[in-house]
Amino acid sequence: MPTVIEKIFQRHSKDKVEVGNTIWLDVDLRTARDFAGAQVVKNLLENYDDDYIDDPSKTFFTFDCNAPANTIGYANNQQICREFAKKNGIKVFDVNRGIGSHVVMEEGLAYPSITAVGTDSHFNILGSIGAFGQGMGDVDIAFVFKTGKTWFEVPPTVKVNFIGMPDSRWTAKDLALLCVKELKGKVLGKAIEFYGEIVDKLSLAGRITLASMVTEMGGIIGFIPPNEEVIEFCKKRANKDVEPVYADKDANYEEEIDIDVSNLEPLIALPGNPANVKRVADLPSISVDSIFIGSCTNGREEDMEAAYNILKGKKIAENVVLKIVPATRQVWQYMLDKGIMKGLFDAGAIISHAACGGCASGQIGMTGRGEVQISTSNRNFKGKQGEGDTYLASPETAAASALAGYITGVEE
Amino acid sequence: MRIEGRVWVIEKDGELIDDIDTDMIYHNKYLHITDKEEMAKYAFSNLEGWQDFPEKAKEGDIIIAGENFGCGSSRQHAVDCFIALGIKAIVAKSFGAIYKRNAINSGLAIVECKDIDKAGLKNGDVIEIDLESGDIKKDGKTIVKAKPMSPVQAAIYRAGGLFAYAKSI
Repeated sequence: MPTVIEKIFQRHSKDKVEVGNTIWLDVDLRTARDFAGAQVVKNLLENYDDDYIDDPSKTFFTFDCNAPANTIGYANNQQICREFAKKNGIKVFDVNRGIGSHVVMEEGLAYPSITAVGTDSHFNILGSIGAFGQGMGDVDIAFVFKTGKTWFEVPPTVKVNFIGMPDSRWTAKDLALLCVKELKGKVLGKAIEFYGEIVDKLSLAGRITLASMVTEMGGIIGFIPPNEEVIEFCKKRANKDVEPVYADKDANYEEEIDIDVSNLEPLIALPGNPANVKRVADLPSISVDSIFIGSCTNGREEDMEAAYNILKGKKIAENVVLKIVPATRQVWQYMLDKGIMKGLFDAGAIISHAACGGCASGQIGMTGRGEVQISTSNRNFKGKQGEGDTYLASPETAAASALAGYITGVEE
Repeated sequence: MRIEGRVWVIEKDGELIDDIDTDMIYHNKYLHITDKEEMAKYAFSNLEGWQDFPEKAKEGDIIIAGENFGCGSSRQHAVDCFIALGIKAIVAKSFGAIYKRNAINSGLAIVECKDIDKAGLKNGDVIEIDLESGDIKKDGKTIVKAKPMSPVQAAIYRAGGLFAYAKSI
């Protein structure tokens, strides 16, 4: 019996969907960002005689890497996309909107069981709502803009069962980091389905956090079965009924992996590799220079609220720079309305415009050599967020560490 | 389909480097560049010990690497910089999924070979790769077997990339 990815693919392909088969897949939602968007345009202009686009109503540019552009290179590339978009009737979610993979959910363009691609390696974040999303390079995306289709080798699916429920303090980020540690090397090029009480209880924001780090696990995408909250959100945003797919009980999994979460607690990835995960409690005292709270992994309302609850009425440690970047304009609005902006500002934070911010030489700035940073984002390979040493942790751990001035979990 | 070339063994302390991510291959500070020839200058510019790769590499060379090569972002630059340098193939124990697609779509041969670390290759050795059978030969003898390319991958590669392939079907 088919798994989730196989069911979604079968709805979008005339070819036989079978693990290992390469199929032509119809793509419902096609996007490109300010990063790689200009190359998508260049590929289209260089390889085709006309600038016909398969379906402009399904095609979007989303500017989020460097928003607003703080280099001439990015500014030029954004303008190339704008001009192409205008000429071809494509909508642009410009530098005022936030992270594209989040904006398409907020706008109701992505909803359960659709297929979507973008020039963002974390576009598989859409597994959080039971949709197929995939990051691709500019050649692939140009081809999809032009034809509405892409080739895809049907990956095997690994079923991950979370066993137990933690009794102590935990966050979705800790769960995601545990998965990177446990699954890395076991799911390369494969789809994942996550099950267990702990995922049933995850909010949409928590699901986004877990699904976003499937890229760091090496997986193609991780599906979380949509619950009532997710279905209601998507129905409201898309303004129509949605049809989520669920795997059959005896679906064709390549492997089942059990992960015990009963002892889950605050975790942190050490600089250099997201899979180098340790318990926060096991770290020696390490002083921090800067903290980044945001990104497609931890930039939602709930993440900002979690940081606010720890920081409100307090001051961050001297000599610590706290950078906060909401994922989208909607999150910004929420922070304004709830007084979170003021609370974080009073605690000493810098709050930037909504976007990616920290990962691709974004607008919030980079780390310098020797600088120790805790980031709530998803990757800490050398050089990714500057030349400093980046630790990956939850907004809670990041906020608690901002107060302490050294790496620490939240005190009970 | 055969490729013959001189190899660069991307290692540190005698071990193939695993998890070479796209920021080590092509750093995000150069992402605004859209001219492929210019990208060549920055291949491996953030990989410790290999920053001088663009000066050393020659047209026709082959890269040998460890697990999960090209993990990380979706940037095509991380493929295009090697194509611009004239690299003909990358042999690795495994590849990041997006990287693999990007390479195939641009007509760069990627060869998955679990046992490449056991082949005893040194910088400058000349090998021959049969993409269809997966045989990797040195001095005419098969030294190790790679995973053969899938039919679709082979068809796209043979056509010279995705755009050329699409015109041919």
